[in-house]
This record gives sequence, structure tokens and C-alpha cells, in this order.
Amino acid sequence: MSKQKKGEPILSVKGLQKEFGAIIAASDINIDVHEGEVIGIIGANGAGKTTFVNMVTGYLKPTSGEIDFEGKQLVGLPSREVTRAGISRSFQVSQVFITMTVYENLLTALAIAESPGLTMLKPMHRAELEQRCDEILERYQIAAYRDHVARALSQGVRKLLDIAMAVVSKPRILLLDEPTSGVSVEEKFGIMDIVMNALKADNVTVLFVEHDMEIVERYVSRVIAFYQGAIICDEPPKQALVDPKVREFVIGHSVVKGTKKNA
Amino acid sequence: MLNDRTSQALIAIMAFCAIAGAFIPDWIMNQMMFGFSRALAVLGLLVLWRTGLVSFGHALYFGLGAYTVALLDIYLGVSDAFLRLAASVLVSGGIGILLGYILRNYRDIFFAMLSLAFSMVLYGILVKTQALGSTDGFAVSAPSFIGYVPEGKYPLFLLICAVCAVSGLLVQTYLRSTLGKLTTAIRDNEVRVEYLGYSVAQAIHIKYVMSACLAGAAGAFMAMALGQVDPDSMVNWTASGELVFVTVLSGPGSVIAPFFGSLVFELLRTYAFELVPHAWQLIVGGTLMVIILFLPDGVWSLITKFRRPAK
Repeated sequence: MSKQKKGEPILSVKGLQKEFGAIIAASDINIDVHEGEVIGIIGANGAGKTTFVNMVTGYLKPTSGEIDFEGKQLVGLPSREVTRAGISRSFQVSQVFITMTVYENLLTALAIAESPGLTMLKPMHRAELEQRCDEILERYQIAAYRDHVARALSQGVRKLLDIAMAVVSKPRILLLDEPTSGVSVEEKFGIMDIVMNALKADNVTVLFVEHDMEIVERYVSRVIAFYQGAIICDEPPKQALVDPKVREFVIGHSVVKGTKKNA
Repeated sequence: MLNDRTSQALIAIMAFCAIAGAFIPDWIMNQMMFGFSRALAVLGLLVLWRTGLVSFGHALYFGLGAYTVALLDIYLGVSDAFLRLAASVLVSGGIGILLGYILRNYRDIFFAMLSLAFSMVLYGILVKTQALGSTDGFAVSAPSFIGYVPEGKYPLFLLICAVCAVSGLLVQTYLRSTLGKLTTAIRDNEVRVEYLGYSVAQAIHIKYVMSACLAGAAGAFMAMALGQVDPDSMVNWTASGELVFVTVLSGPGSVIAPFFGSLVFELLRTYAFELVPHAWQLIVGGTLMVIILFLPDGVWSLITKFRRPAK
């Protein structure tokens, strides 16, 4: 698991810098991501994890630096073009269409992903999309909520829907921003199992931001720790979680004190 | 395109009206022409409304359509109804494309008010310019149809019915497409739409231009049906308000709703005016209040209620 993959990285971040006035939210971030990796991004609140995700997905423009994805420069592209290029994301606070049902949410996502240019004018309800939609609902185990309005869903189901909507475009890389935040302790491993199995089946490379060290330990092949906008550790989980710097600046600051006992 | 019940119903209704037009008295046909003309503009506002956008300035396009007809008539002697219609749609669509680049960046009250501001610019220009008819406007000559100059207004009525049917079908097809389904999606969550890979600004721009073209056609028909144009009833903010009024009255439920709602509005206004000539607005306003309180989905929900009895 901890073996470094060989060959060209699919995502290569070089010297990424982000300043908000005098605050440095990201300083000199260098990461090479190889196909099939599952990377956990950890760090205390305000360490720059989400800023990193936002820069890679085009929500924030870095002050300087390069983001190279399969030979394509991503800096300066709007988020929709990053998505079309093959990098998707989920959100810390689930972003779904709250007045639509689970099914309509997914169908809308699928129809946009499958509709370049003028095919946007084809009817949205068409047999091949509806069938794939039902398959995805099964795979993410939310078929039971098919006709529930998204506004009324529990956090866990909403998270799954959010992630399912992010992967319908068949991304090469998926960034998950705290996939288990707001989800109960009993549910979190169930959700992560569903998501990670589905992503593995599709051969999606995953980077996820996480506070919960149990999740990190269980699912990732590599840990990147952030502290004050910079990377302080980039190791396989076994080494990273015992790294003195990580213990002092990440785990010590994190909210996970009680999780070991609860689980 | 024709495989859904709304489209079939729309065609049936328009065909029925077109045929009935040959037998009904002129004053009813006039009411229907005014109603259906205005309904075209309301159809455009319905598309915007479903996206969560309300324009308080669509009299801009209504007026552009109407004045295109009048100016072509006065300065170039163009009387052909098809030419007048095409020119009106082109002019309002063109302006819609330009202003769309600005308006697509705004939402809510800012979208509404900026639209209003643009329409008042046109109003200001018309009122101050003698060559454009100033406050009096122009009389518009009766339309001809590829050389044929009819006696009555029935051919114009037929054309209005046909254009209403075609526009309604196009909008219905659009609303069922992926692009059209982005109405509710954008209203719910713009960030998500962007991250799914589609430009919210572009989607709104397309809707805006559509609504501009429809309002332009509406204005052109209104000018021909009334036989005159004037800034106060066609371009002033009250005209925009009237369009929003009819949109709320109709309800966003169906593309047929605007045609139904506009007829209700025409009749309501006519009878209110006969009943209390100096305070007819009181009745019209009171009706809107009742609608908002008891039929928040517009008069259209009356029809759906009877069609599908309570479960």
C-alpha cells in the first residue's frame, strides 16, 4: 500500500502559493499525484486544506504556481472546465439541489456530464440516462431514497448523493472535502466503505480532506499534512501518524481526542 | 416534440381558438388577440421565473418589438406582418444578447431593478424624441400578408394563434431538455451547476435572450392588433409591471398557463373598467392579492386541481 507508484504523475502541483492580503493561506505547495493513489489531507482548522482543494478545482485562483493535470495547465480555468477536464470534487457542506428528489439530482448531474454542446437540447428524461441513474443509486446504496426530496435527507445520505453527483462525469481525480463531517460515528465507516469501493471500481484517484485519524489510517495510501499553509509531512500513513511534527501540529490540534474511545 | 400531453393540449387549444375566431364577434377576437400577444411575453417571463429571476423591465423588449413595427411602417412603409414580426424579434433578440452580458451577472432584486433601469432608458428616449413619436406614439397601419390585404382582423388573429402554438411548443421542448431543466437547478444551487460542468452565466443568458425574443414578438403583435403604439402603455415601467402581474396571475406550472392567464387578465381589466371606470385598478389589484393568498401557483392551478382530484 505504501509503495510509491512509478511513472508520470497525473496531477502535478508546483510551488502553489495563495495570499489573502497579508495572510498566507498556502505557501510553496508541491505535490505529485499518481494514478490509483488514495491521499489523505490532514491539518488543523485553517491549515490550508480546503484552500488547496479550492485552488485545484478552480474555485480560487492561486497567487502563483502551477497545476499540471495530464499535460494541461489548470491555473486560471473556471471550475466547470476543471470538471470537464476530469477533476471533480465534493463539498464539506453538501451541495445538492434541495428542492429536487434524489433521483432528479442525479439525473441532472448525469445529463450535464453527458451533454456537450448542443446535446444539452435533448430531453433530459431519456432511457439510457435513466437506467444509468438507477445503477448509480444502487451502487451508492441510496436507491431507497430515490423519490425523497433532498432537503429532507439525513446528513449521511446527502453526503452520498453529493459524492455520487461528483463522480457521474467519470473524473480521473476526485477531491473529497471532509466526506464524513457531520455524519454520526456509527455511519461514517459505512459511508466511507460505499464510497471507496465505488471509486476503486472506477479506478478514480482520490484526495480527501479529513479530520478523523481513524478514517485516514484505514483508507489512505499516503498522508499529506498541512500546517499554516505549508506541507509538513508527506508519507505513508504508518510513518505520518507517528511523525512528531504531525503529532504536535495536526493531531494535537485536531478534534479527534475522543474518537478512539467512542469507536 | 409532440409526445407529451402539454404540447398536444396546446396545439388543440390554439387550433380550436383559430377556428372559433371565424365565428366569434369582433370584440371577443380583439380581447383574445391582446391576451395572446401579451401571453408570448409572459411565456418568456415564466422561463426566467422558474430560474428564480424576475425582470421588472421586459416592457423594454415589448416596446422594442412594438416600435420596430411602427417605425418600419412610418419610415419604410413595411406593412407585411411576417416581415414586421421577424424584424421585431431580431431587434429585441439583438438587444437582449447585448444586455444579457451585463444582466447575467446579477440576481434577485439587482436583476429586477437593472432590467427596470434599462427599460426606462428606452422610455426616456422615446418620450423625448419627436422623430420617435414622443409621448403620443404612432398609429400603425393594418398589416398585409405577402401582398394580400385583408378586410378584417381574422388573418392577424390566425397568425397570432399559430405563433403562440409554435412558441409554446418550442418553450415546452426547451423546458424538457437538459438545458431547460437547469432552471430549477440554478435556482437551487449555482455552485453545484458550475461544478457539474456547465456555465450558469451562459444558461441564464440563453434564457434571457429567449424571453427578449418572445417579448419582442408580443410587442409586434400588440402594435398590429391595437393599430397604434405609445410609450406609456407599452414601454413605461407600468407595462413591465403588467407583464409580471400576468405571470403571477398565470402561475409557473405549464406553458399553457400564460395563454389562459392573459385572457383572464384582459377580461378582468375590461369588466373592471366598465364597472368602475376611475378605480378599476382597485379590482385588478385586489384580484392579484386574492390569487397570491389562495392560489399561489396562479389560476393555472385551478385547472390542474380539477383535472387531478385530490388523492
